[in-house]
Amino acid sequence: MNRSFARVTGLSCVILILALALPLAAQDLASFEKRVTVKTLPNGLTVLILRRPEAPVFSFFTIVDAGSAQDPLSETGLAHMMEHMAFKGTHDIGTTNYAEEKVALAKVEQTYAAYDAERIKRVGRDPQKLAQLQKEWQDAIADADKFVIKNQFGEIVESHGGVGMNAFTNYDETGYMYSMPSNMIELWAAIESDRFANPVMREFYKERNVVMEERRMRTDSNPTGRLIEQFLGTAFAANPYHRPTVGYASDLQSFSATDASEFFRQHYVPSNMVIALVGDLDPAQVMPVVERYFGQLATKPKPTELTTVEPPQNSVREVKLNDQAQPIYVEGYHRPSYLDPDDAVYDAIGDVMSNGRTSRMFRSLVRDQKIAADAGGFSGFPGNKYAHLFAFYGVPLPGHTNQEMQKSIQAEIVKLKTQDVTDDELQMFKTRAKADLIRGLASNEGLAQQLAVYQTRYGDWRELFRSLEKVDKVSKADIRRVANKAFQDSNRTIGSIETMMDPAAAGRGAN
Amino acid sequence: MRAQKSRFVKVLFSFVLLASALGYTQVTPWNQLKFPPLPAFNPQQPTRIQLSNGMVIFLQPDHELPLVSVTARIRGGSISEPAAKVGLVGLYGEVWRTGGTKSKTGDQMDDFLEGRAAKIETGDGSDSTSIGLNCLKGDFDPVFDMYLDLLRNPEFRADKLELAKEQAYTGIARRNDSVGSIVGRVADDLTYGKDNPYARDDEYATVFAVQREDLVSWHQQYVQPNNIILGVSGDFDPSAMEAKLRKAFDSWRKGTQAKDPDIKFAPPKPGYYFVQKTDVNQSTIAMLDLGILRNNPDYFAVSVMNEIFGGGFSSRLFNNVRAAKGLAYSVGGGVGTSFSHPGMTDVKMQTKSETTVVGIQALYEEIDKMQQKAPDADELKRAKDQILNSFIFRFDTPGKVLGEKMAYEFYHYPLDFLERYRSEIDKVTAEQVTQVARKYIQKDKLAVLVVGNDAEFDKPLSSLGPVTKVDISIPPPPKALMEQMGQQGPGGSN
Repeated sequence: MNRSFARVTGLSCVILILALALPLAAQDLASFEKRVTVKTLPNGLTVLILRRPEAPVFSFFTIVDAGSAQDPLSETGLAHMMEHMAFKGTHDIGTTNYAEEKVALAKVEQTYAAYDAERIKRVGRDPQKLAQLQKEWQDAIADADKFVIKNQFGEIVESHGGVGMNAFTNYDETGYMYSMPSNMIELWAAIESDRFANPVMREFYKERNVVMEERRMRTDSNPTGRLIEQFLGTAFAANPYHRPTVGYASDLQSFSATDASEFFRQHYVPSNMVIALVGDLDPAQVMPVVERYFGQLATKPKPTELTTVEPPQNSVREVKLNDQAQPIYVEGYHRPSYLDPDDAVYDAIGDVMSNGRTSRMFRSLVRDQKIAADAGGFSGFPGNKYAHLFAFYGVPLPGHTNQEMQKSIQAEIVKLKTQDVTDDELQMFKTRAKADLIRGLASNEGLAQQLAVYQTRYGDWRELFRSLEKVDKVSKADIRRVANKAFQDSNRTIGSIETMMDPAAAGRGAN
Repeated sequence: MRAQKSRFVKVLFSFVLLASALGYTQVTPWNQLKFPPLPAFNPQQPTRIQLSNGMVIFLQPDHELPLVSVTARIRGGSISEPAAKVGLVGLYGEVWRTGGTKSKTGDQMDDFLEGRAAKIETGDGSDSTSIGLNCLKGDFDPVFDMYLDLLRNPEFRADKLELAKEQAYTGIARRNDSVGSIVGRVADDLTYGKDNPYARDDEYATVFAVQREDLVSWHQQYVQPNNIILGVSGDFDPSAMEAKLRKAFDSWRKGTQAKDPDIKFAPPKPGYYFVQKTDVNQSTIAMLDLGILRNNPDYFAVSVMNEIFGGGFSSRLFNNVRAAKGLAYSVGGGVGTSFSHPGMTDVKMQTKSETTVVGIQALYEEIDKMQQKAPDADELKRAKDQILNSFIFRFDTPGKVLGEKMAYEFYHYPLDFLERYRSEIDKVTAEQVTQVARKYIQKDKLAVLVVGNDAEFDKPLSSLGPVTKVDISIPPPPKALMEQMGQQGPGGSN
């Protein structure tokens, strides 16, 4: 049911895949070269097909290279909202009569605009008029609802054997995926192309309420969610990484279907999308089918790139939440985007610091000092397309404190800056990177995701294999150099939860 | 299915446009497509071998990638641990691996394995424990030797037991931090009863009570060849592997057969149960009852009913409570099924505090509808299609096929259970769907749990019926543990 995992978990999963899915040997790339077909359609859409005839099924992964970092000002959450709307159907799916529904939906927008204009008036808002406008808007919604066939898109997918239907929005991109029996490939092409050629913003304002519930679940009612929202808002000032992907409550209660359509028009552009298909598919037969259906998507200009660059931090920042939860500690350091030449060095640092029971932070904070239940360090927070954070965290054992986490993390950072990592540590990083890549090739779903991600991020899926070379080049000196560059006091943001129990429950009376 | 006129106009129109611009040919509307039959697919079945000491082995070669993995599932799990030592099997599942073998510490194993990007891990569950490995095929021999050493000669070193206990204490201290963890625990308690082995929780005192000797004797008692089902998959030669396994296990003498305890299941006490959580703005609602076993003849009708009621994007709960009413992001549920004990029936949603009672009523409404009116032919067909057309995904990888077979072997189900499932689903009628809805989801028999902030509720819960407040405060550690933890102790108790 969790079709949108926009927040940190889903996000770090994607990052994890990016971080781990490094290199293989050249002969393996050669074997993939034979099986992968890539084509950019005249409208700019890039399609990859990998033949993997293990069973008569296939998986796909579509990336739209726009995430919450592209949300307009005052419209946070719009990219994620658009993702939800992509399940609401098309001119032909989800409606009993689109011609009439279209008129009714236009009325919804018109009445909402009138209502919202009155609602946001600073001066002279007329409560009676507002109530009247709200009623007109609600009536228009009820009118439009008459044409809706509920969730017909999902029903078509599921009743034809689709499984794992899901989508996510993170700061960097929006992704769509599911798997189907291979005889359904043309159905897939028909509905997936229709989904992005002719979307309809039906049931928009109800879905806004659904997303509000998602926000309450992930952020408002979850101590870690509350901390992360505040932490990112503190660590970033200029880059949109400072805003929540799910959106601020006030924006979620304000933006319109018209806004979502505008977001769609700007960002859901063929040249801004990559689709990867993996499974029992013959590219010679399937590519023409994909071209025929996805050729429907109109050619549009690629959206402009985000050009704001996060300025140097120059001072320690801190956010401390007094919350009804046990302590947790995190500190983040700004680092450049995934395109930085030192990207693999940051991966090496993440590996040495926190990959498994041999990692430094596990052995130091968990095993030897016995102060933490868990501790680690990772890149890609909260995204990696733009300059972002390398973050360290510690989860104190009962009776231990965030201050102890901070002190021990600092000690590990100093060690990284002043002493070389061992030969074994460096070798382990390189060996594991290769093995993890092999393990990542074992499923259609995983392969489709990786091919789509690498094609989007590097313009060439082969980078999935070629980044091996960058991993192999990482040296001990690189690790010291990068640690000294990134892990500076003035580049640090600290976030923590300190326990403050519910006063009522603690017997101090009602609050 | 409906309203296709406009589609044709549009298709023709776009055909003209696209054909002139791009040279593409016409596309077919989705509902007029004809699908070729799915090619016949007979997935490779694993070879089953039973050794004379009772150990069952499945071999499932798969040469796509140069990897090998081994999983052994061993009878006996946390439902068999003593009530005063709840958490024992959890600690065992951790320390078995981290505590190392007689000749190598867990840390030495870590160094050896991580240097090869290999894994050996142990685990625990309610009715079994497990030990598995995964490695590159070139490393198999030394990694498998280490695996055997850990299987036969574990040491359960005391320092690692202490470490595992600390982790368990952290889990206890943090178990009220998130709504999900509260709901999971209290739902188990309400459904099965607080002291039922499927529901009971580890506490500071029960974890503190576990000693190294408990782990050692657990291992001696349960890790016997006749309690083990072992599956091997990946890139290996089956006859060489069989010889290797026989050499490793043939001489291992049969031991005492593990028996699951005899557990009584009583339905929950109906009514409303409330957990106060003042730092949330959303209520979690869970309507609970005992479910059924998978060998229940109703299992197939229940599967179809669940699909219609609360499974997936096209279910009634999703359509009506989420899409049409906008009351929830997360909503779903159905009759729970398990292999060896009644599953947990739950109908669940999360909704803002201000629509808590409205939300409960929306769920009731869907339960009523499910019982009052049989699904029409379309809805029934869609639900069956969902199950049958996606059936291939139950066995589309050699690993999944192996996993299914191991589960049937473990629970003594027929090995062709999956094949039978398909034909039985096909036979389910609309009347049967209604019958099982009436039989297994009865409003007046449900325990309804609400976790939320009642100051913000639309109406008091008591307007629906008598409410029992559930105390989730964490029993404090025993004195001896308190001293060991130092002055600060484990933090607050709520």
